[in-house]
Amino acid sequence: MTDATAQDAMITADGTPLKVSLNRALRREKLRALMLIAPLLIFILVSFIFPIGDMLIRSVQNGMVSQVIPRTVTTLEDWDHTSGETPSEEVFQALTRDFMIAVERKDHTRLGTRLNYERTGMSSLFRKTGRRVDDLGEGYTDQFGDLDPAWEEPMTWVTLMGHPDWIAAQAAWDGEGAEPSFRLRDGVADVLPRTAEMYAAFAQVVQVEDEDSPTEEEPWHIVYASLYEDLQADGVDVTSLSAPILTAALEGSAAFETQSMRDGFIEIEEDWADPEVWGTIQAFSSPVTAGYFLKAVDLSLTPDGVEPVADNLTIYVELFWRTMWMSMTITFSCILLGYPIAWLMANLPDRSANLIMILVLLPFWTSLLVRTSAWKVLLQRQGVVNDTLVAIGLIGDDGRLALINNVTGTIIAMTHILLPFMILPLYSVMKGIPPSYLRAAKSLGATNVTAFRRVYFPQSVPGIGAGSILVFILSIGYYITPEIVGGTKGVFISNRIAYFISDSPNWGLAAALGTILLVVVLALYWAYDKVVGIDNVKLGG
Amino acid sequence: MNRPKTSCETKTVLIFRLACVRPGRFSLIIKGAAKCATIDGGRRLVSTSEAQAFVEFDRVQKSYDGETLVVKDLNLSMPKGEFLTMLGPSGSGKTTCLMMLAGFETATNGDIRLDGQPINNIPPHKRGIGMVFQNYALFPHMTVAENLSFPLEVRKMGRSDREAKIKHALDMVQMGDFGGRRPSQLSGGQQQRIALARALVFEPELVLMDEPLGALDKQLRETLQFEITRLAHDLGITVVYVTHDQTEALTMSDRVAVFEAGRIQQLAPPDELYEAPINSFVAQFIGENNTLEGVVTAIQGDQCTVTLDSGDIIDARPVNVSAVGDRTKVSIRPERVEFNRERLHADAHTLKAEVLEFIYMGDIFRTRLRVAGSDDFVVKTRNAPDQRRLKPGEQIEIGWLPEDCRALDA
Ligand SMILES: Nc1ncnc2c1ncn2[C@@H]1O[C@H](COP(=O)(O)OP(=O)(O)OP(=O)(O)O)[C@@H](O)[C@H]1O
Ligand SMILES: [Mg+2]
Repeated sequence: MTDATAQDAMITADGTPLKVSLNRALRREKLRALMLIAPLLIFILVSFIFPIGDMLIRSVQNGMVSQVIPRTVTTLEDWDHTSGETPSEEVFQALTRDFMIAVERKDHTRLGTRLNYERTGMSSLFRKTGRRVDDLGEGYTDQFGDLDPAWEEPMTWVTLMGHPDWIAAQAAWDGEGAEPSFRLRDGVADVLPRTAEMYAAFAQVVQVEDEDSPTEEEPWHIVYASLYEDLQADGVDVTSLSAPILTAALEGSAAFETQSMRDGFIEIEEDWADPEVWGTIQAFSSPVTAGYFLKAVDLSLTPDGVEPVADNLTIYVELFWRTMWMSMTITFSCILLGYPIAWLMANLPDRSANLIMILVLLPFWTSLLVRTSAWKVLLQRQGVVNDTLVAIGLIGDDGRLALINNVTGTIIAMTHILLPFMILPLYSVMKGIPPSYLRAAKSLGATNVTAFRRVYFPQSVPGIGAGSILVFILSIGYYITPEIVGGTKGVFISNRIAYFISDSPNWGLAAALGTILLVVVLALYWAYDKVVGIDNVKLGG
Repeated sequence: MNRPKTSCETKTVLIFRLACVRPGRFSLIIKGAAKCATIDGGRRLVSTSEAQAFVEFDRVQKSYDGETLVVKDLNLSMPKGEFLTMLGPSGSGKTTCLMMLAGFETATNGDIRLDGQPINNIPPHKRGIGMVFQNYALFPHMTVAENLSFPLEVRKMGRSDREAKIKHALDMVQMGDFGGRRPSQLSGGQQQRIALARALVFEPELVLMDEPLGALDKQLRETLQFEITRLAHDLGITVVYVTHDQTEALTMSDRVAVFEAGRIQQLAPPDELYEAPINSFVAQFIGENNTLEGVVTAIQGDQCTVTLDSGDIIDARPVNVSAVGDRTKVSIRPERVEFNRERLHADAHTLKAEVLEFIYMGDIFRTRLRVAGSDDFVVKTRNAPDQRRLKPGEQIEIGWLPEDCRALDA
């Protein structure tokens, strides 16, 4: 008790409590330290943390379907794909509107590509449909025109739909400067919601994409179709708009011949009648999807749930598995080759050890590409190794070994490239083991073998651990060497990722594969920590 | 300089204790017991001719680089049970000798024999030599108990035997409670004890220790010096001990080998080494010493006359001089200098001296004099009630008994 009061009372010469002034001093030091690491921190944040975060997000992100065809996605919610029937006319009407806008914005091909990942044929379906979707609803345009030719006048629409202020501004616009953006007339959206929406979209597209004026363009057929739908809706009251032409159309349209959008789509491409197509759209309409991850482990998200892909299409699980076991083989061969070298270096006089060190580091000073290509020269069927084996009669001329463009080639070349990463930590750990331990063990009666096994080796394990982690993690994500010497059988998952990044862009899948790789590495690291203990890893003596 | 006596009774008890564990040692202990009979004045009388030599260096030479000899013509013979210390300045080849004996270095020339067998014919792990390293070399990845268990395991000893021996060895060095610790969790002195216990746990007949106490503070060093000698005598083992520290060498050993530049300069029991150094290196190296230089002018039997460079004449005992006219360094211990004329022979030569400094050191007085042109002549006198306390500036006359002043090589 008295102690505590005594401590509380501790103050510095200028009267501030000791704790406060210590904290202040420490804070200043911490701030200085923080400023020193700030450049690196920012660099890592920008070049490492953000990209990884972005990758994680991309691997599940799926906003495109609901962005490009929002109305379709909403109306499709009630549809049950197990019914085996195509969706209702309402869905097709929504699709027509979505498609029309998407085509004008050229979004439909992107969506087609995206959905093609999930179901082949989607891309061409969307492209083909895109070319002809503007014909849909033409029947309504004709019928409105028959009713009153004024419907085919752009200005009829402008007066009906446009805000008076905008109409005035548009009339005053001389073609110079920014075109006044279209504004809907007050109240029109309440009476004719779909028409208003589509006309607004039309006006925007005309203004922005085509740089034309709505006052000079006849609306899309779908606008007429929408007007028809609005007029056919229950309890529609057009009096508030006080447009006689509209009142006349309300009466006249009752006799119109209904055009089926569904039939229109199926006529363009009969795949639209296939419930599977719609199932795919529905399955991938949510903004977040597990589809990429499922695909990355050879499963697929079908309208009927998660299913394994056909046997002849599985690839990723095998690739992951191959990446794992090849990386382990490479790590293990690095240990086998590196341990004796490191031991030699640690036990030779400094001069000779330095010479070996230079030889070990030599590969670092040569371009990776050159080294890898050199292996290609050495290992090919007519290469140096095979020639030598044939020359000494170990193999016949017709029995030349396939050492390159397969697993063997990748393992040989990667072992060579990663060997220094094993030797350096091993060497520095071994350098820290005084020779007197081995002598002590022998003086205590151990044979050379026992002394090594029980005394030297356990002390070098932290070096093996550090080297293995380095080599394994480097090799699991290695790209360039397997790409050059791996052929098709000796490539890693990283090569597949690169393929999806550049050759056949599917960043979502690439991100999912990358994320799985990251998780596997972290899991292995965690397991290593549990089994060996991460503080048992030493990079220096 | 008195060492603890080993009574015949305790020795006999020890025989039975050890005999239980390793019957093969029985005969050795009997020999040791027989030797008890010859104990005299606290020091075992072990002479190389009587017992068969246990460790033998025979004209051993060693060169690491083929250019210089690190060990030149080493001859040494140790009976069983002896505690021999190698003492010498840094780089004089002590560790090298130890390593050759342990089998980690091979002699370039000559023979090393262990129990009559050339050591090169026995691989290191079969020599049964316990070794305590300068840096202890306790295995850091094993606990103390595992460290001690190691030599027993490689000897394929059963589990219960091992545990009994480990416990016994730990108790022996008073570290019974530390079996579960790692070496890094022990203090330097504790590590030292464990290293000692590990070297002894498999009951080697020969134990080599390379400056085992070098890193410890003075007090701990003295405690452990005593413990090591006690254990060595209790267990009847032969010890080769390497040290820099002459006090350690004098207090612990049966015999001390003084090394210089790859040669043994003198091999003798501590008292002989101190009182009768056979050359000026040994005289300088062991204890404090006053040196005067001059030329021998007369020799009569075991007495000679030396004319110093200053012209003064003194009496000495010829040790390393053979003829009149030889240059010599005479050596005299500070405590053997006498300035009370009455205690000297009537015809003894004396020297004039001027007191430069008087230092009171408690049990002794240390007086620095200017004698025959030299400023660092030291005299030590016992603090007795009737002892004269000299004052700086005082002119006195000093002398000594001729047998205390040794005329050595120049
Ligand atoms: N492995 C070696 N290679 C070459 N020369 C060596 C080697 N070990 C020792 N020497 C040389 O041999 C000489 C004797 O060394 P040694 O270690 O035996 O001395 P020491 O008496 O033990 O010295 P210290 O008291 O300092 O330990 C020294 O000059 C040393 O430089
Ligand atoms: Mg040494």
